[in-house]
Amino acid sequence: MSLTLLQVIVSGLLLGAVYALFSSGLTLIWGMMNVVNFAHGDFVMLGMYSAVMVWTALGGGPFAAVPVAAMLIATLGVLSYFLLVRHIMKGPMLAQILGTFGLALFLRYAAFWYFGANFKTLPDTLVGGSFVFMGLRFEGSRVLAGVMGLAITLLLHFILTRTAVGSRMLAVSEDATAAQLMGIRPQRMQALAWGLAGAATGIAGALIANFFYTSPTVGETLAILAFVTVSFGGFGSVLGALVAGLIIGVVESLSAYLVGPVYKDVIVYMLFVLVLWFRPQGLMGKA
Amino acid sequence: MNRFLIPGALLALALVYPLLVQSLPVYERLGALVLLGAIGASAWNIVGGYAGQVSIGHAVFFGFGAYSSVVVYTHLGWPPIAGAPLGMALSVLLAAAIGVPTLRLSGHYFSMATIAVGELVRVLSSTSEFLGGAQGLGGPAIPRTVFDLSFLSATPFYYIFLTVLLLLLGLTWTIERGRMGYYLRAIRDSERAARSLGVSVGRYKLYAYMLSGAFTSLAGSLYLCMFGFVDPESGFGILISVKMVVMAALGGAGQLFGPLVGALILVPLEELSNSLLGGQGAGLTFVVYGAIIVIIARFLPSGLLSLLDRRKVKRAD
Repeated sequence: MSLTLLQVIVSGLLLGAVYALFSSGLTLIWGMMNVVNFAHGDFVMLGMYSAVMVWTALGGGPFAAVPVAAMLIATLGVLSYFLLVRHIMKGPMLAQILGTFGLALFLRYAAFWYFGANFKTLPDTLVGGSFVFMGLRFEGSRVLAGVMGLAITLLLHFILTRTAVGSRMLAVSEDATAAQLMGIRPQRMQALAWGLAGAATGIAGALIANFFYTSPTVGETLAILAFVTVSFGGFGSVLGALVAGLIIGVVESLSAYLVGPVYKDVIVYMLFVLVLWFRPQGLMGKA
Repeated sequence: MNRFLIPGALLALALVYPLLVQSLPVYERLGALVLLGAIGASAWNIVGGYAGQVSIGHAVFFGFGAYSSVVVYTHLGWPPIAGAPLGMALSVLLAAAIGVPTLRLSGHYFSMATIAVGELVRVLSSTSEFLGGAQGLGGPAIPRTVFDLSFLSATPFYYIFLTVLLLLLGLTWTIERGRMGYYLRAIRDSERAARSLGVSVGRYKLYAYMLSGAFTSLAGSLYLCMFGFVDPESGFGILISVKMVVMAALGGAGQLFGPLVGALILVPLEELSNSLLGGQGAGLTFVVYGAIIVIIARFLPSGLLSLLDRRKVKRAD
């Protein structure tokens, strides 16, 4: 295998780990409540803007921005749950879809209005430039994002599967009434899920802000990426989102390299439609 | 008789509206835009409202109509309106191609798939030289014959749009009253129940989708005739799809006059905020749109017209 190809695959994997992180937030909510958060991409976008703001206001790098973005977007998630999602969950399908979709438009264009349409970028040098390892060139910001993305996605998976809180959340997602009879408060668990998902999403946003253009409409593309990842990985599975995120990162990098950068989205969207067609329950999901 | 009194009065008002605002071009234009919005939203309503399949990718058909019209001008020299039947025919085929795989999905999954298809077509259109790439294509700059539909005032468009809207609403009304209307509403309320009662769910969803696509495409062609220009964003952009959904949902999805009511409120609102706030206002308009959508979903999931129904029920008691 040529070195260039290997380089492309490694960059894809690093990017994929971040995709996994922001998709795990979507899949968590989806699996637990059967609600699709159409505003998910815009949560990532706001995470990116928090990083930009932390840098412009305080001069702080990603390490300062990550906790700030996590807290802000977690708060946004919990607020969205209590003020909106809780009420529309049991409503008609149109209201469910429109509720979070309206939230998406609201956030996207509020950002457009407040921050302006122009792209914002963080300086390259924020995370130690780039280095060469075994003949491959690595950019510090991408390595940091990839490694943290991987670590936090695994942490989220661990919380959901190995802790008491995780078991309670699982109980609510299986049967909210039964869980309530066991002394678990479903609303509290669902709000917690929105908080956790928001935190993961905010962190992902703060991490990719280091090497992506930050713009108000970036959420649209990212939301579709998250839908693709979740539909690949199976709805509700964080581990599935991890594997799928890595695959999609590589597919995207490879198609940008082999077919041309314009077509990378086209190929990913086509894959999405194909997966929805043949396996609506997700590529790795259970039938 | 009372049943026809209000619609009849409104129709009469719609017919004389251009005469009332004759010396005010802004209002002539606004009237035409409201009707155009109502055509798009009413077309969406067939599949999104009656059949309950929430497509957020109807801009695909709108763009097909607009591009068909401009392409027959650019590449063949025909008047743009001649592209309308072509666009409708292509959209029916396209609806079949998109609908067969995606209509098997239910609820959220269908909506997501339509978003992805919409984005796919938008990205592809901006890379196509035939369609003018990211710059888009323009219609005839100077009218050659009357068929180029190039008028100084918006009033001729107003009457063209009104005719199309009346035809579309008439067709929707016929469907609503007939067997297909009952089938579609049964599918919306419970696909499984509809299927177990012998409704061929897949086929009727597809019929609704194809019909809806055809009329959305017509709206696109009419848009092109009036504005004379289309690019990937104004033809296939996601906001085009969103506007159709929001107008129908605000007035009342799955109700004959729902989309018209929504257009009557939202189009003037958009024009007003654009003219008050200028270029900067573009963002703010959609902030308001987003807020309206959230409020409808939260407090009024059946739309404004459901308020009237509620009153009627009370009166009956």
